[in-house]
Amino acid sequence: MSAIKSYDHPTNADQFNKDQARTHWHDSSLWFIREKRDRMSKSLPEWETLRTCASQIKAHTVSKLADYLEEFEKNATARGATVHWAKDAEEHNRIVLEILQKHQTKRIVKSKSMLTEECHLNPWLEKHGIEVVDTDLGERIVQLRNEPPSHIVMPAIHLKKEDVSNTFHEHLQTEQGNYDPNYLTESARQHLRQKFCQADAGITGVNFAIAETGGFVVCTNEGNADLGVSLPKVHIACMGIEKLIPKVDHLSIFLRLLARSATGQPITTYSSHFHGPIEGGELHIVLVDNGRSKLMNSDDYRNSLKCIRCGACMNTCPVYRRSGGHSYAATVPGPIGSILNPLRDAKHHKTLPFACTLCGSCSDVCPVKINLHEQLLTLRTEVKNQKQLPISKTLPMQIASFVFQRPKLFAWLGGVGKFFLRTMPRFLIYNAMNPWGRNREMPEAPPESFRKQYAQRVKKKSDK
Amino acid sequence: MRVALFVPCYIDQLYPRVAMATLDLLEQLGVDVDFPEAQTCCGQPMLNSGCDTDALPLAERFVEIFSGFDAVVCPSGSCVSMVKNHYHHLLHDNARYETLRTQVYELCEFLVDVLKVDALPVKFPYKVGLHSSCHGLRELRLASDSELNIPEFNKPKQLLALLEGVEFAELKRKDECCGFGGTFAVSEEAVSCTMGRDRIADHLQAGTQVLTAGDMSCLMHLAGLIKRDKQPIRVMHIAEILAGYEVPQ
Repeated sequence: MSAIKSYDHPTNADQFNKDQARTHWHDSSLWFIREKRDRMSKSLPEWETLRTCASQIKAHTVSKLADYLEEFEKNATARGATVHWAKDAEEHNRIVLEILQKHQTKRIVKSKSMLTEECHLNPWLEKHGIEVVDTDLGERIVQLRNEPPSHIVMPAIHLKKEDVSNTFHEHLQTEQGNYDPNYLTESARQHLRQKFCQADAGITGVNFAIAETGGFVVCTNEGNADLGVSLPKVHIACMGIEKLIPKVDHLSIFLRLLARSATGQPITTYSSHFHGPIEGGELHIVLVDNGRSKLMNSDDYRNSLKCIRCGACMNTCPVYRRSGGHSYAATVPGPIGSILNPLRDAKHHKTLPFACTLCGSCSDVCPVKINLHEQLLTLRTEVKNQKQLPISKTLPMQIASFVFQRPKLFAWLGGVGKFFLRTMPRFLIYNAMNPWGRNREMPEAPPESFRKQYAQRVKKKSDK
Repeated sequence: MRVALFVPCYIDQLYPRVAMATLDLLEQLGVDVDFPEAQTCCGQPMLNSGCDTDALPLAERFVEIFSGFDAVVCPSGSCVSMVKNHYHHLLHDNARYETLRTQVYELCEFLVDVLKVDALPVKFPYKVGLHSSCHGLRELRLASDSELNIPEFNKPKQLLALLEGVEFAELKRKDECCGFGGTFAVSEEAVSCTMGRDRIADHLQAGTQVLTAGDMSCLMHLAGLIKRDKQPIRVMHIAEILAGYEVPQ
């Protein structure tokens, strides 16, 4: 993974916005998907009912998560899978490595899994001499570029076809300057096919694990998860413990919501069900906590465990669209990432809850009704409580609060402020210290406040 | 009915015309309005900055000042939402607040739901671009947003449609955020201005002559960009339009 330039969202976003043409291109690519999602969601009269059901099923599952996990383990084991438990990323990586080493694995193929990104599995396996190939096309592109994904569903959404062509030319020896998407996709397909054939093991993520059956479902549009685990004898499925749903009957609700919310498709091209290992093979399921049980115990943030990682909140977020996924410096960016990351590491991710105008679009777009923008607001106080807010942010608020508790002082200072705004020379108002004025004019100061005008009005009325 | 006028701090100081228009409008509609002078700020900037302890005394003051009225009306959806939806983070088990929160109205909401206004004697022969301010839209539900699959409605638009000669500009993105976001406008200046300019571009392509909204804060941000970029759009708060005020030249 390429080095993260800065954890400071405003700095990264400012950088991204320097190229306005690219910023607009990024914004409109994602808005295109948001509009597709709107059309799809509005084609189902029962959309809001589906959201309510999904939200309630998830809330119920989270409230009894330990029971459902045990039920899942029992049923998955009965089907011949081996279930492993990992309390954190380190343990997850160790478990995966042990399985691979036991089988003397040299090469693996991996379909998209944000969990393995979260655990930084790739660099860990590579360090131990194992070749890891991401098989989702977008993931493969960013892997070749040594970049992290910039979106959880469309990992290379920040790249134009020209960027992809240059990357493929460098790594896959495609023709320079050939930007034809068909040509580029075919080249990637040929390249990946070799990797699929050579792999000793396949790793997948999990979209939904079903307690009742001990099976799980992986959704892809490229069929790469199926290909990756059909040839090798070892399949390792890595899942966060929140991926569980109680019954197979619940699945249809989530499958209908997931693809529509993610990309505006009625359903993902492949929704593959796995129930036990292939003949003569092994299936390992790694259940990972990595901070999730901490969220389960929090009234403020428990809801975020409902997330099905559709990425709709990113596509709709006006800030994400105009700052790019990398500006969040986190595995999961956008609104949901701005909740999950600071809860794990408030020091590094302290700017994320503030990378938001609290417009609320994410909460309304969310297929499982996570109150994202409300949680982001609550998190800001959490960041302050953890003493991660600089004094440049807290002191002005202390002063303002002091003034606002004294209406006469407020009225007097308001008058002084307006006087200066009216009389000060322009260069003193529009200086480097005034980020409002860099691109915007200040409001014109009226001669008198409303309270003053009101007092005069009342006086005039009583004089009559 | 005793109605209190809640004038957000920045409207009091920078946009007195908006507050005066609100007062005029309510009085024209026969409402008896009081302006409690002890009011200052609802505390939203503090809470939104994570400084809950600085917001708390302001929330307590607010409840103290505005309790006892039959209704509290405010020309700002964002400040109303702060009181209605976010004070409960600060004021736990406060019975007076629980009563008050049901009596606080955004101006358009009050006109439509309480006064049930169905006629306004105002001529406004302009193409109006209505900016749906996010907190009014998604926290107060003054209109249906494009994310939800629910029947369409729009209270501010319903009021504007009562005026003679009014035309509406059709936006490509009808309810996207303008990028103001309180302190966000300063702390994330780059994204904030890109968002604002995108909103203005949408209004320009739609032929907006007068840009309006229920929140002066969004309009302050957009007007700042319009003025800097010398765009041919006038900006008015919806209260000014509904009260029959002149379009500023």
